[in-house]
Amino acid sequence: MTLPTYNFAYLDEQTKRMIRRAILKGIAIPGYQVPFASREMPMPYGWGTGGVQVTAAILGPDDVLKVIDQGADDTTNAVSIRAFFAKTANVATTTKTADATIIQTRHRIPEERLQAHQTLVFQVPIPEPLRFLEPRETETRVMHGLEEYGLVHVKLYEDIAQHGHIATTYAYPVKVEDRYVMDPSPIPKFDNPKLGRSPALQLFGAGREKRIYALPPFTEVASLDFEDHPFTVQRFSRPCALCNATGVYMDEVVTDDRGGRMFVCSDTDHCETRQADGHRGPGLPQLGPHAASDRESAR
Amino acid sequence: MSLAFVDGGFAEPVFGSQHAFRALMDAFARPGSIADLSGLAVPPVPMSPAAGAFLLALADQDTPVFFETHMPDAQAWVGFHTGATVTRDAPSARFAHLSDAGDAAAWNRFARGTAEYPDRSASLLLPVAGLRGGQSLILKGPGIETTREIAPQGLPRGFADVMAANRAGFPLGFDLVLVAGGEALALPRTTRIEEV
Amino acid sequence: MYVAVKGGEAAIEKAHRLLADRRRGDRSVPALSLEQVAGQLSLAVDRVMAEGSLYDPDLAAMAVRQSRGDLIEAIFLIRAYRTTLPRFGATRPVETAAMRIERRVSATYKDIPGGQLLGPTFDYTHRLIDPDMAGDHPVAPGALREMAGDAAYPRVTDILNDEGLIEPDVASDVEPGDLTRDPTGFPAGRDLRLQALARGDEGFLLSLGYSTQRGYGRTHPFVGEVRIGLVDLEIDLPELGFAVNIGAIRVTECQMVSQFKGGGENGPRFTRGYGLVFGQSERKAMAMSLVDRALRADEFDENRVAPAQDEEFVLSHCDNVEATGFVEHLKLPHYVDFQAELDLLRMLRREHAAKTTAETDRQEAAE
Repeated sequence: MTLPTYNFAYLDEQTKRMIRRAILKGIAIPGYQVPFASREMPMPYGWGTGGVQVTAAILGPDDVLKVIDQGADDTTNAVSIRAFFAKTANVATTTKTADATIIQTRHRIPEERLQAHQTLVFQVPIPEPLRFLEPRETETRVMHGLEEYGLVHVKLYEDIAQHGHIATTYAYPVKVEDRYVMDPSPIPKFDNPKLGRSPALQLFGAGREKRIYALPPFTEVASLDFEDHPFTVQRFSRPCALCNATGVYMDEVVTDDRGGRMFVCSDTDHCETRQADGHRGPGLPQLGPHAASDRESAR
Repeated sequence: MSLAFVDGGFAEPVFGSQHAFRALMDAFARPGSIADLSGLAVPPVPMSPAAGAFLLALADQDTPVFFETHMPDAQAWVGFHTGATVTRDAPSARFAHLSDAGDAAAWNRFARGTAEYPDRSASLLLPVAGLRGGQSLILKGPGIETTREIAPQGLPRGFADVMAANRAGFPLGFDLVLVAGGEALALPRTTRIEEV
Repeated sequence: MYVAVKGGEAAIEKAHRLLADRRRGDRSVPALSLEQVAGQLSLAVDRVMAEGSLYDPDLAAMAVRQSRGDLIEAIFLIRAYRTTLPRFGATRPVETAAMRIERRVSATYKDIPGGQLLGPTFDYTHRLIDPDMAGDHPVAPGALREMAGDAAYPRVTDILNDEGLIEPDVASDVEPGDLTRDPTGFPAGRDLRLQALARGDEGFLLSLGYSTQRGYGRTHPFVGEVRIGLVDLEIDLPELGFAVNIGAIRVTECQMVSQFKGGGENGPRFTRGYGLVFGQSERKAMAMSLVDRALRADEFDENRVAPAQDEEFVLSHCDNVEATGFVEHLKLPHYVDFQAELDLLRMLRREHAAKTTAETDRQEAAE
């Protein structure tokens, strides 16, 4: 038995070409899901195989790669994917958003505004924004073709009728250039405003579902809403406990079993950069009897 | 026919393809910007190095290529290096190398995709005399922050009307890449073109 | 001090080391050899080859060992390797009528030309745990029937076809699709459906096939024939101008004779469901043939009412590598989205509490 050898960035050249053609089509038709012959990757479906294939198809020897999961560079799956490319493409990696040329992400967009020379690659589990309204691909294809998006609005409005609010908090659907309704991947809706008119190219890869789509730079992206219920994003009432940042997305960290909570930046690089610049947050909440009042202020 | 088709491929196919693709990806993402594809491919004349690099990077046995003008050496070169078949059936072509003296109205024969699958459409390579110094055109659309001005030389008859109709048919349409020497400029179907 | 799940790299490395340790188990017990796995757990190896879509018993045995006997994990290993392999060429279609038969049974006729042959089957074993399995007791060699060199084993469906009683299997030179190379779209042709089913999860297909028997897309099936054995692989060499035998593989084939359909110019006749699987796996081949037939509902103007008849449902969910990846990805961190849900839920509960309080106050005031 001979031991297998692999090409630069793992994928064979024919596969890369096929993915590259799909990427160009995606860029030419913003928000439209281009079918591609997704390959079986050496990591499970649902763990970033779409993003990995897109990254492998665009990556070159001069790139600097950053991989984040939940905003963090050191979550296990991000570590694993970064190690995969460091090994198969011998490419430079970084945790610094500003230093990266390609950023592969799961569930977040970095807080720092991306630049024109950067490409953001999203891992997408279910690329079809209509999937939970209509499970059939044969139907949803036609709905996109006819620009028939009434169902999405009905779903959002049902939430309002039942809860008084739109109950979608992540993977919040957007309309691209007033044409295609698109799933932005399960980013919190907090990140939706960063999708539109970004200087960076944004690529979306769904491996198991075999779809690639794209947002070119400076593309108009509108989160769906209603005149009487405009789109809003999450707000956190307290600054980051570590770096004192406000207006960023936070992780809620359970610090004890008596209601103690602290809120810290979800974007670890953003937080660390701010700390290095001398910003200090209030730190750990006090334990014990004060925990309850801490919970109050968390509201 | 000469043996000119053997030489002039990417010196390093893996990295040459990647380099050319990234330049083209950037060109598609930023319509009107000029991509540098020089020094990568040397196709037989009259094919430009930019068109050669485009086809080497993206064409293969899954993508029939159409040539609007007969260029036997260049066609053999593309077939030899990419495995792509040269088709005479315009609607089935994924890529087309256009004539530099044609009529833009003839581009309607290429695949524009369907309502369900607008991606099943052709990318057209248009050789022009130059990407600078011609009559100014103003571009708007995705990939362009406000407006971008381009001034290619030697655009064919009926260019503006055909491109306007192509834009109006969105999401159906073809995507156009202007090539001159080692440079390329993409005008995907999203781009609105206005004459100054 | 709170640290944001630092040290992922070290944790992964240690987890993999522990995995290797557990896989090896008690060091005083000899390690499994590939010959032992391939020779004594051969049906596990067969399943890995079938659903891994790669015929290589040694590699499949390695995968079974590497995966600690988790067959879906082993299938995944084989698939991930398979996708990197270059394609040198395609064999001619295998001729299962010329199979070197190891087992062959038909439920439609008492006797058939060439005879019924039970072969190495669990059928009719009493499922009593054999105390001998605790040790290494001598096992008598198998007693094989003398096979005439020129014995013919015509397919039962060919016998029916000769009489015009079943829809013919029409030979085709059309290049079949390949769902591992082209993006799938719906409706998919029968070629792609059969490819998907051949790679599909045995358990999923078993349950779907079973559901058709219970009325969810009934097809009135009879096992025309199940046969297991070796088939030759031939590859055309244009340089030589003829086909060359490059070896043989073991396959299981099931021809299910199903609900007759009638009328038209051909008159009523039985229809077919087909199953073909690498290695010895009757359960898989039979289930596959039931589902294949159920998926042909449109061809026979049958109402599509059951899951097994729904092409998009079956093809989108029969692949266990896809399914296990997506189900198991739920254990990856989702705390960003969960935070978004928490935030909304807390707000809704605050509003609910405020409303309830206001209503109580109003009621109390009214009383």
